[in-house]
Amino acid sequence: MSVEILESTSGIEDLTLVGIRRGGVALAARIAEEIAAVEGRSPPVGTVDISLYRDDAATALPNPKIGPSDIPFDVRGRHVVLVDDVLHTGRTVRAAIECLQDHGRPARIWLAALCDRGGRELPIAPDFVGRTIEVDTGRLDVWIDAAGPDRVVLTEGE
Amino acid sequence: MPGFANRSLLDIEGLTRADVERILDTAEAFLQVSRRPVRKVPTLRGKTIINLFYEASTRTRTSFELAGKRLSADVINMNVSASSVKKGETLQDTCRTLQAMHPDVIVIRHGASGAPNYVASKIDCSVINAGDGMHAHPTQALLDAFTIRRDKGTLDNLVVTIVGDIAHSRVARSNAHLLKLFDCEVRVVGPRTLLPAAADSLGVRVFDDLKTALDGADVVMVLRIQSERLEGALLPSMREYARTFGIGPRTIAYAKPDAIVMHPGPMNRGVEIESLVADGERSVVLEQVEAGLAVRMALLYLFAGEGAEPPAVGEAD
Repeated sequence: MSVEILESTSGIEDLTLVGIRRGGVALAARIAEEIAAVEGRSPPVGTVDISLYRDDAATALPNPKIGPSDIPFDVRGRHVVLVDDVLHTGRTVRAAIECLQDHGRPARIWLAALCDRGGRELPIAPDFVGRTIEVDTGRLDVWIDAAGPDRVVLTEGE
Repeated sequence: MPGFANRSLLDIEGLTRADVERILDTAEAFLQVSRRPVRKVPTLRGKTIINLFYEASTRTRTSFELAGKRLSADVINMNVSASSVKKGETLQDTCRTLQAMHPDVIVIRHGASGAPNYVASKIDCSVINAGDGMHAHPTQALLDAFTIRRDKGTLDNLVVTIVGDIAHSRVARSNAHLLKLFDCEVRVVGPRTLLPAAADSLGVRVFDDLKTALDGADVVMVLRIQSERLEGALLPSMREYARTFGIGPRTIAYAKPDAIVMHPGPMNRGVEIESLVADGERSVVLEQVEAGLAVRMALLYLFAGEGAEPPAVGEAD
Protein backbone atom coordinates (compact mmCIF):
# COMPACT_ATOMS: atom_id res chain seq x y z
CA MET A 1 0.00 0.00 0.00
CA SER A 2 2.88 2.34 0.83
CA VAL A 3 4.49 1.77 -2.56
CA GLU A 4 1.15 2.30 -4.26
CA ILE A 5 0.78 5.62 -2.46
CA LEU A 6 4.24 6.71 -3.58
CA GLU A 7 3.59 5.73 -7.19
CA SER A 8 0.14 7.27 -7.50
CA THR A 9 0.62 10.57 -5.74
CA SER A 10 2.91 13.39 -6.68
CA GLY A 11 6.01 11.81 -5.16
CA ILE A 12 7.70 12.45 -1.86
CA GLU A 13 8.08 16.24 -2.37
CA ASP A 14 4.49 17.27 -1.76
CA LEU A 15 3.30 14.14 0.00
CA THR A 16 1.91 14.31 3.54
CA LEU A 17 0.08 11.73 5.64
CA VAL A 18 -2.71 12.49 8.10
CA GLY A 19 -4.01 9.73 10.40
CA ILE A 20 -7.59 9.88 11.60
CA ARG A 21 -7.84 9.48 15.37
CA ARG A 22 -7.53 6.98 16.73
CA GLY A 23 -7.13 3.95 14.49
CA GLY A 24 -5.45 5.79 11.64
CA VAL A 25 -2.66 7.34 13.69
CA ALA A 26 -0.47 4.26 14.13
CA LEU A 27 -1.15 3.19 10.56
CA ALA A 28 -0.03 6.57 9.17
CA ALA A 29 3.19 6.28 11.18
CA ARG A 30 3.76 2.78 9.79
CA ILE A 31 3.21 3.91 6.19
CA ALA A 32 5.62 6.81 6.77
CA GLU A 33 8.26 4.33 7.98
CA GLU A 34 7.84 2.18 4.90
CA ILE A 35 8.04 5.18 2.59
CA ALA A 36 11.18 6.29 4.43
CA ALA A 37 12.70 2.85 3.80
CA VAL A 38 12.23 3.36 0.05
CA GLU A 39 12.86 7.08 -0.31
CA GLY A 40 15.37 7.65 2.44
CA ARG A 41 13.16 10.20 4.17
CA SER A 42 9.74 10.29 5.72
CA PRO A 43 6.84 12.49 4.59
CA PRO A 44 5.36 14.78 7.29
CA VAL A 45 2.75 13.00 9.41
CA GLY A 46 -0.18 14.64 11.21
CA THR A 47 -3.38 13.58 12.94
CA VAL A 48 -6.97 14.81 12.87
CA ASP A 49 -9.59 14.42 15.57
CA ILE A 50 -13.08 14.47 14.12
CA SER A 51 -15.13 14.79 17.34
CA LEU A 52 -15.96 18.42 16.61
CA TYR A 53 -17.04 17.61 13.05
CA ARG A 54 -19.29 14.62 13.67
CA ASP A 55 -22.68 14.89 11.99
CA ASP A 56 -24.16 13.51 15.21
CA ALA A 57 -22.15 15.78 17.55
CA ALA A 58 -25.35 16.98 19.19
CA THR A 59 -26.79 13.56 19.92
CA ALA A 60 -23.85 11.19 20.32
CA LEU A 61 -23.88 9.48 23.70
CA PRO A 62 -21.54 9.33 25.45
CA ASN A 63 -19.26 11.85 23.91
CA PRO A 64 -15.73 10.58 23.36
CA LYS A 65 -12.93 12.59 24.84
CA ILE A 66 -11.68 15.10 22.29
CA GLY A 67 -8.02 14.98 21.43
CA PRO A 68 -6.39 17.85 19.62
CA SER A 69 -5.87 17.68 15.89
CA ASP A 70 -2.19 17.99 15.23
CA ILE A 71 -1.06 18.99 11.77
CA PRO A 72 2.42 20.49 12.25
CA PHE A 73 2.84 21.48 8.60
CA ASP A 74 1.12 23.63 6.01
CA VAL A 75 -1.37 21.57 3.98
CA ARG A 76 -1.88 24.27 1.36
CA GLY A 77 -0.96 23.03 -2.11
CA ARG A 78 0.16 19.62 -0.85
CA HIS A 79 -1.02 16.12 -1.50
CA VAL A 80 -2.60 14.83 1.70
CA VAL A 81 -3.32 11.14 2.20
CA LEU A 82 -5.94 10.60 4.89
CA VAL A 83 -5.28 7.31 6.65
CA ASP A 84 -7.76 5.20 8.62
CA ASP A 85 -7.70 1.59 9.76
CA VAL A 86 -11.27 0.59 8.86
CA LEU A 87 -13.48 2.22 6.25
CA HIS A 88 -17.18 1.65 6.93
CA THR A 89 -19.97 4.22 6.55
CA GLY A 90 -17.71 6.99 5.28
CA ARG A 91 -19.04 9.46 7.84
CA THR A 92 -15.73 9.66 9.68
CA VAL A 93 -13.94 10.38 6.41
CA ARG A 94 -16.45 13.09 5.54
CA ALA A 95 -15.77 14.77 8.87
CA ALA A 96 -12.01 14.37 8.47
CA ILE A 97 -12.11 16.02 5.02
CA GLU A 98 -14.01 18.99 6.46
CA CYS A 99 -11.57 19.29 9.35
CA LEU A 100 -8.59 19.08 7.01
CA GLN A 101 -9.95 21.83 4.81
CA ASP A 102 -10.20 24.10 7.83
CA HIS A 103 -6.42 23.79 8.09
CA GLY A 104 -5.97 25.07 4.53
CA ARG A 105 -6.63 24.07 0.94
CA PRO A 106 -4.68 20.98 -0.11
CA ALA A 107 -3.94 20.37 -3.80
CA ARG A 108 -5.54 16.96 -3.46
CA ILE A 109 -6.89 14.74 -0.70
CA TRP A 110 -6.49 10.96 -1.05
CA LEU A 111 -7.90 8.23 1.13
CA ALA A 112 -6.07 5.13 2.33
CA ALA A 113 -7.74 2.43 4.45
CA LEU A 114 -6.26 -0.83 5.67
CA CYS A 115 -9.63 -2.62 5.61
CA ASP A 116 -12.70 -1.71 3.58
CA ARG A 117 -15.66 -3.42 5.21
CA GLY A 118 -18.32 -1.96 2.90
CA GLY A 119 -21.58 -0.50 4.17
CA ARG A 120 -21.04 3.04 2.88
CA GLU A 121 -23.69 5.65 3.75
CA LEU A 122 -22.03 8.49 1.85
CA PRO A 123 -20.56 8.69 -1.66
CA ILE A 124 -16.96 8.16 -0.55
CA ALA A 125 -14.45 5.79 -2.15
CA PRO A 126 -10.90 4.95 -1.04
CA ASP A 127 -7.88 5.43 -3.30
CA PHE A 128 -5.74 2.84 -1.53
CA VAL A 129 -7.08 -0.26 0.23
CA GLY A 130 -5.14 -2.97 2.03
CA ARG A 131 -7.87 -5.58 2.02
CA THR A 132 -11.59 -5.58 1.25
CA ILE A 133 -13.61 -7.61 3.76
CA GLU A 134 -17.37 -7.43 3.32
CA VAL A 135 -18.91 -7.41 6.80
CA ASP A 136 -22.66 -7.06 7.27
CA THR A 137 -22.79 -7.10 11.04
CA GLY A 138 -20.33 -7.50 13.87
CA ARG A 139 -17.14 -5.68 14.72
CA LEU A 140 -13.93 -5.41 12.80
CA ASP A 141 -11.00 -4.41 15.00
CA VAL A 142 -7.49 -3.62 13.86
CA TRP A 143 -4.44 -3.52 16.10
CA ILE A 144 -1.26 -1.92 14.83
CA ASP A 145 0.87 -0.80 17.71
CA ALA A 146 4.05 -1.51 19.54
CA ALA A 147 2.26 -3.51 22.22
CA GLY A 148 1.69 -6.69 20.21
CA PRO A 149 1.55 -8.33 16.82
CA ASP A 150 -0.49 -6.66 14.08
CA ARG A 151 -3.89 -8.28 13.81
CA VAL A 152 -7.34 -7.81 12.32
CA VAL A 153 -10.15 -9.44 14.28
CA LEU A 154 -13.71 -9.96 13.10
CA THR A 155 -16.23 -10.46 15.93
CA GLU A 156 -19.64 -11.83 14.99
CA GLY A 157 -22.52 -9.88 16.47
CA GLU A 158 -25.98 -8.65 15.79
CA MET B 1 -18.77 10.15 35.44
CA PRO B 2 -22.03 11.93 34.64
CA GLY B 3 -22.06 14.17 31.59
CA PHE B 4 -22.50 17.91 31.65
CA ALA B 5 -25.47 18.16 29.30
CA ASN B 6 -28.51 19.91 30.69
CA ARG B 7 -26.59 20.75 33.82
CA SER B 8 -25.74 24.27 34.82
CA LEU B 9 -22.44 25.79 35.87
CA LEU B 10 -23.40 28.01 38.79
CA ASP B 11 -20.29 27.80 40.96
CA ILE B 12 -17.13 25.76 41.43
CA GLU B 13 -18.63 23.96 44.45
CA GLY B 14 -20.86 22.03 42.05
CA LEU B 15 -17.86 20.48 40.30
CA THR B 16 -15.66 17.55 41.25
CA ARG B 17 -11.96 17.37 40.65
CA ALA B 18 -12.65 15.00 37.74
CA ASP B 19 -15.13 17.50 36.24
CA VAL B 20 -12.51 20.25 36.36
CA GLU B 21 -9.90 18.02 34.73
CA ARG B 22 -12.33 17.03 32.00
CA ILE B 23 -13.12 20.69 31.25
CA LEU B 24 -9.44 21.66 31.16
CA ASP B 25 -8.50 18.68 28.95
CA THR B 26 -11.29 19.58 26.53
CA ALA B 27 -10.09 23.19 26.48
CA GLU B 28 -6.67 22.01 25.26
CA ALA B 29 -8.30 20.79 22.05
CA PHE B 30 -10.07 24.12 21.58
CA LEU B 31 -6.90 26.14 22.12
CA GLN B 32 -5.59 24.51 18.98
CA VAL B 33 -8.74 25.42 16.98
CA SER B 34 -8.06 29.12 17.63
CA ARG B 35 -4.59 28.81 16.12
CA ARG B 36 -5.65 27.37 12.75
CA PRO B 37 -6.31 29.26 9.48
CA VAL B 38 -10.05 28.57 9.87
CA ARG B 39 -10.82 29.28 13.51
CA LYS B 40 -14.26 27.74 13.52
CA VAL B 41 -15.75 24.27 13.91
CA PRO B 42 -19.32 23.23 13.04
CA THR B 43 -20.00 21.47 16.35
CA LEU B 44 -22.85 23.58 17.74
CA ARG B 45 -24.58 24.34 14.46
CA GLY B 46 -28.24 25.02 15.13
CA LYS B 47 -27.78 25.66 18.86
CA THR B 48 -28.77 28.97 20.42
CA ILE B 49 -26.77 30.71 23.12
CA ILE B 50 -28.10 33.80 24.88
CA ASN B 51 -25.65 36.11 26.62
CA LEU B 52 -27.69 37.83 29.32
CA PHE B 53 -25.62 40.57 30.87
CA TYR B 54 -27.07 42.70 33.66
CA GLU B 55 -23.67 44.17 34.48
CA ALA B 56 -21.32 45.98 32.16
CA SER B 57 -18.68 43.62 30.89
CA THR B 58 -16.61 43.80 27.77
CA ARG B 59 -14.08 41.04 28.01
CA THR B 60 -16.20 38.25 29.47
CA ARG B 61 -19.10 38.95 27.12
CA THR B 62 -16.81 39.19 24.09
CA SER B 63 -15.05 35.99 25.12
CA PHE B 64 -18.35 34.09 25.41
CA GLU B 65 -19.64 35.59 22.17
CA LEU B 66 -16.53 34.58 20.24
CA ALA B 67 -16.51 31.13 21.86
CA GLY B 68 -20.08 30.51 20.73
CA LYS B 69 -19.41 31.79 17.23
CA ARG B 70 -16.29 29.66 16.82
CA LEU B 71 -18.49 26.65 17.60
CA SER B 72 -21.00 27.79 14.93
CA ALA B 73 -23.79 28.42 17.45
CA ASP B 74 -26.19 31.33 17.07
CA VAL B 75 -25.22 33.84 19.73
CA ILE B 76 -27.56 36.55 20.92
CA ASN B 77 -26.33 39.30 23.21
CA MET B 78 -28.81 40.92 25.56
CA ASN B 79 -27.51 43.86 27.52
CA VAL B 80 -30.39 43.98 29.88
CA SER B 81 -29.14 46.95 31.84
CA ALA B 82 -29.88 48.96 28.73
CA SER B 83 -33.33 47.60 28.01
CA SER B 84 -35.94 45.73 30.00
CA VAL B 85 -34.77 46.55 33.49
CA LYS B 86 -35.09 50.23 32.76
CA LYS B 87 -38.60 49.49 31.60
CA GLY B 88 -39.28 47.67 34.86
CA GLU B 89 -39.29 44.03 33.77
CA THR B 90 -38.67 41.54 36.57
CA LEU B 91 -36.14 38.73 36.30
CA GLN B 92 -39.02 36.28 36.39
CA ASP B 93 -40.67 37.82 33.35
CA THR B 94 -37.36 37.94 31.52
CA CYS B 95 -36.98 34.22 32.24
CA ARG B 96 -40.40 33.47 30.78
CA THR B 97 -39.61 35.46 27.67
CA LEU B 98 -36.30 33.67 27.20
CA GLN B 99 -37.86 30.26 27.83
CA ALA B 100 -40.19 30.93 24.92
CA MET B 101 -37.15 31.37 22.67
CA HIS B 102 -35.91 27.84 23.50
CA PRO B 103 -32.23 28.58 24.02
CA ASP B 104 -29.74 25.76 24.61
CA VAL B 105 -27.48 27.76 26.90
CA ILE B 106 -27.94 31.00 28.81
CA VAL B 107 -24.81 32.78 29.94
CA ILE B 108 -25.68 35.22 32.69
CA ARG B 109 -23.91 37.96 34.56
CA HIS B 110 -25.85 39.69 37.30
CA GLY B 111 -25.09 42.09 40.13
CA ALA B 112 -27.12 40.06 42.61
CA SER B 113 -25.58 36.94 44.11
CA GLY B 114 -27.71 33.91 43.30
CA ALA B 115 -29.45 35.33 40.21
CA PRO B 116 -28.05 32.56 37.95
CA ASN B 117 -29.40 29.92 40.37
CA TYR B 118 -32.82 31.55 40.13
CA VAL B 119 -32.70 31.60 36.34
CA ALA B 120 -31.56 27.97 36.26
CA SER B 121 -34.55 27.00 38.38
CA LYS B 122 -36.97 28.80 36.05
CA ILE B 123 -35.62 27.92 32.61
CA ASP B 124 -35.23 24.47 31.13
CA CYS B 125 -31.73 24.82 29.67
CA SER B 126 -28.09 24.96 30.75
CA VAL B 127 -27.19 28.14 32.61
CA ILE B 128 -23.58 29.28 32.85
CA ASN B 129 -22.75 31.82 35.53
CA ALA B 130 -20.51 34.56 34.09
CA GLY B 131 -20.24 36.31 37.47
CA ASP B 132 -22.92 37.07 40.04
CA GLY B 133 -22.54 39.72 42.71
CA MET B 134 -19.96 38.71 45.31
CA HIS B 135 -20.81 35.03 44.93
CA ALA B 136 -18.98 33.26 42.12
CA HIS B 137 -17.20 33.58 38.79
CA PRO B 138 -16.56 29.95 37.88
CA THR B 139 -15.42 30.48 34.28
CA GLN B 140 -12.73 32.89 35.48
CA ALA B 141 -11.49 30.33 38.00
CA LEU B 142 -11.40 27.65 35.30
CA LEU B 143 -9.47 29.81 32.86
CA ASP B 144 -7.06 30.75 35.63
CA ALA B 145 -6.58 27.06 36.43
CA PHE B 146 -6.02 26.32 32.75
CA THR B 147 -3.38 29.07 32.53
CA ILE B 148 -1.62 27.83 35.68
CA ARG B 149 -1.66 24.22 34.54
CA ARG B 150 -0.16 25.11 31.17
CA ASP B 151 2.63 27.08 32.82
CA LYS B 152 3.38 24.87 35.83
CA GLY B 153 2.46 21.53 34.24
CA THR B 154 0.21 20.71 37.20
CA LEU B 155 -2.32 22.21 39.59
CA ASP B 156 -1.44 20.03 42.54
CA ASN B 157 0.08 21.36 45.75
CA LEU B 158 0.92 24.84 44.49
CA VAL B 159 1.17 27.92 46.68
CA VAL B 160 -1.17 30.58 45.30
CA THR B 161 -1.36 34.07 46.79
CA ILE B 162 -4.37 36.25 45.99
CA VAL B 163 -3.75 39.95 46.57
CA GLY B 164 -6.31 42.70 46.97
CA ASP B 165 -9.99 43.11 47.70
CA ILE B 166 -10.74 39.56 48.79
CA ALA B 167 -13.95 40.34 50.66
CA HIS B 168 -15.86 41.61 47.63
CA SER B 169 -14.29 39.33 45.05
CA ARG B 170 -16.17 36.52 43.33
CA VAL B 171 -12.95 35.77 41.45
CA ALA B 172 -11.11 35.09 44.70
CA ARG B 173 -13.91 32.91 46.05
CA SER B 174 -14.20 30.74 42.96
CA ASN B 175 -10.44 30.42 42.61
CA ALA B 176 -10.10 29.40 46.26
CA HIS B 177 -12.74 26.69 45.85
CA LEU B 178 -11.15 25.33 42.68
CA LEU B 179 -7.58 25.34 43.97
CA LYS B 180 -8.65 23.50 47.13
CA LEU B 181 -9.74 20.58 44.90
CA PHE B 182 -6.06 20.24 43.98
CA ASP B 183 -4.70 20.64 47.51
CA CYS B 184 -3.14 24.00 46.80
CA GLU B 185 -2.17 26.30 49.65
CA VAL B 186 -4.33 29.36 49.00
CA ARG B 187 -3.26 32.56 50.72
CA VAL B 188 -5.07 35.85 50.70
CA VAL B 189 -3.55 39.20 51.55
CA GLY B 190 -4.83 42.78 51.57
CA PRO B 191 -5.89 45.59 53.84
CA ARG B 192 -7.86 44.38 56.87
CA THR B 193 -10.98 46.14 55.64
CA LEU B 194 -10.89 44.09 52.42
CA LEU B 195 -10.27 40.66 53.92
CA PRO B 196 -13.23 38.30 54.33
CA ALA B 197 -14.80 37.97 57.76
CA ALA B 198 -15.14 34.19 57.45
CA ALA B 199 -11.86 33.24 55.79
CA ASP B 200 -11.87 29.87 57.51
CA SER B 201 -14.92 28.71 55.61
CA LEU B 202 -13.04 29.38 52.37
CA GLY B 203 -10.13 27.29 53.60
CA VAL B 204 -7.56 29.98 52.93
CA ARG B 205 -4.69 31.39 54.97
CA VAL B 206 -5.06 35.07 55.74
CA PHE B 207 -2.09 37.45 55.78
CA ASP B 208 -1.84 41.18 56.28
CA ASP B 209 1.81 41.46 55.32
CA LEU B 210 2.57 41.19 51.60
CA LYS B 211 6.13 39.95 52.01
CA THR B 212 5.17 36.97 54.18
CA ALA B 213 2.18 36.17 51.97
CA LEU B 214 4.32 36.04 48.84
CA ASP B 215 7.16 34.02 50.35
CA GLY B 216 7.38 30.77 48.38
CA ALA B 217 4.39 31.56 46.12
CA ASP B 218 4.18 29.78 42.73
CA VAL B 219 1.34 31.97 41.53
CA VAL B 220 0.42 35.57 42.36
CA MET B 221 -3.14 36.57 41.52
CA VAL B 222 -3.65 40.29 41.57
CA LEU B 223 -7.23 41.48 41.91
CA ARG B 224 -8.64 44.69 40.55
CA ILE B 225 -9.11 47.45 43.09
CA GLN B 226 -12.41 49.08 42.36
CA SER B 227 -11.27 52.56 43.23
CA GLU B 228 -14.61 54.12 42.39
CA ARG B 229 -16.27 51.99 45.07
CA LEU B 230 -13.61 51.75 47.73
CA GLU B 231 -11.71 55.00 48.00
CA GLY B 232 -12.61 56.95 51.07
CA ALA B 233 -14.87 54.22 52.43
CA LEU B 234 -12.67 51.16 52.92
CA LEU B 235 -9.32 52.46 51.68
CA PRO B 236 -7.67 55.70 52.76
CA SER B 237 -6.07 56.35 49.37
CA MET B 238 -5.00 54.57 46.22
CA ARG B 239 -1.44 55.75 46.69
CA GLU B 240 -1.21 54.14 50.07
CA TYR B 241 -2.67 50.91 48.70
CA ALA B 242 -0.17 50.89 45.82
CA ARG B 243 2.72 51.36 48.24
CA THR B 244 1.62 48.62 50.64
CA PHE B 245 0.02 45.98 48.43
CA GLY B 246 0.89 46.95 44.85
CA ILE B 247 2.76 44.29 42.85
CA GLY B 248 5.87 45.78 41.30
CA PRO B 249 9.44 44.67 40.60
CA ARG B 250 10.35 45.10 44.28
CA THR B 251 7.45 43.14 45.79
CA ILE B 252 7.30 40.36 43.18
CA ALA B 253 10.84 39.42 44.25
CA TYR B 254 9.33 38.01 47.47
CA ALA B 255 7.66 35.21 45.47
CA LYS B 256 9.46 32.23 43.90
CA PRO B 257 11.80 33.13 41.02
CA ASP B 258 9.55 31.31 38.55
CA ALA B 259 6.28 32.63 39.97
CA ILE B 260 3.70 33.81 37.44
CA VAL B 261 1.57 36.92 37.84
CA MET B 262 -2.11 36.85 36.91
CA HIS B 263 -4.80 39.52 36.70
CA PRO B 264 -8.43 39.02 35.64
CA GLY B 265 -8.54 42.50 34.10
CA PRO B 266 -9.17 45.28 33.54
CA MET B 267 -5.97 46.43 35.26
CA ASN B 268 -5.46 49.63 37.21
CA ARG B 269 -1.84 50.22 36.30
CA GLY B 270 0.00 51.96 39.09
CA VAL B 271 -2.53 50.84 41.73
CA GLU B 272 -2.63 47.08 42.23
CA ILE B 273 -0.01 46.31 39.58
CA GLU B 274 2.89 48.24 38.04
CA SER B 275 3.48 48.24 34.30
CA LEU B 276 6.93 46.73 34.72
CA VAL B 277 5.29 43.59 36.09
CA ALA B 278 2.08 43.68 34.03
CA ASP B 279 4.11 43.74 30.82
CA GLY B 280 7.03 41.74 32.19
CA GLU B 281 8.04 38.19 31.46
CA ARG B 282 6.32 36.72 34.51
CA SER B 283 2.97 38.15 33.49
CA VAL B 284 0.50 35.68 31.95
CA VAL B 285 -2.30 38.22 31.56
CA LEU B 286 -2.60 37.74 27.80
CA GLU B 287 -2.35 33.95 28.15
CA GLN B 288 -5.36 34.27 30.47
CA VAL B 289 -7.35 35.95 27.70
CA GLU B 290 -6.50 33.18 25.22
CA ALA B 291 -7.25 30.56 27.87
CA GLY B 292 -10.60 32.24 28.53
CA LEU B 293 -11.71 31.65 24.97
CA ALA B 294 -10.58 28.00 24.94
CA VAL B 295 -12.18 27.25 28.32
CA ARG B 296 -15.47 28.91 27.34
CA MET B 297 -15.54 26.97 24.08
CA ALA B 298 -15.01 23.79 26.10
CA LEU B 299 -17.82 24.73 28.50
CA LEU B 300 -20.30 25.54 25.73
CA TYR B 301 -19.35 22.32 23.96
CA LEU B 302 -19.77 20.21 27.09
CA PHE B 303 -22.93 21.88 28.37
CA ALA B 304 -24.75 22.46 25.08
CA GLY B 305 -23.37 19.82 22.79
CA GLU B 306 -22.54 16.82 24.82
CA GLY B 307 -25.20 14.20 24.52
CA ALA B 308 -27.93 16.82 24.68
CA GLU B 309 -31.28 15.18 24.02
CA PRO B 310 -33.84 17.19 22.11
CA PRO B 311 -36.42 18.60 24.54
CA ALA B 312 -39.67 16.69 25.01
CA VAL B 313 -42.33 17.96 22.67
CA GLY B 314 -45.75 18.96 23.92
CA GLU B 315 -44.74 19.62 27.50
CA ALA B 316 -46.14 22.80 28.93
CA ASP B 317 -46.27 24.23 32.37
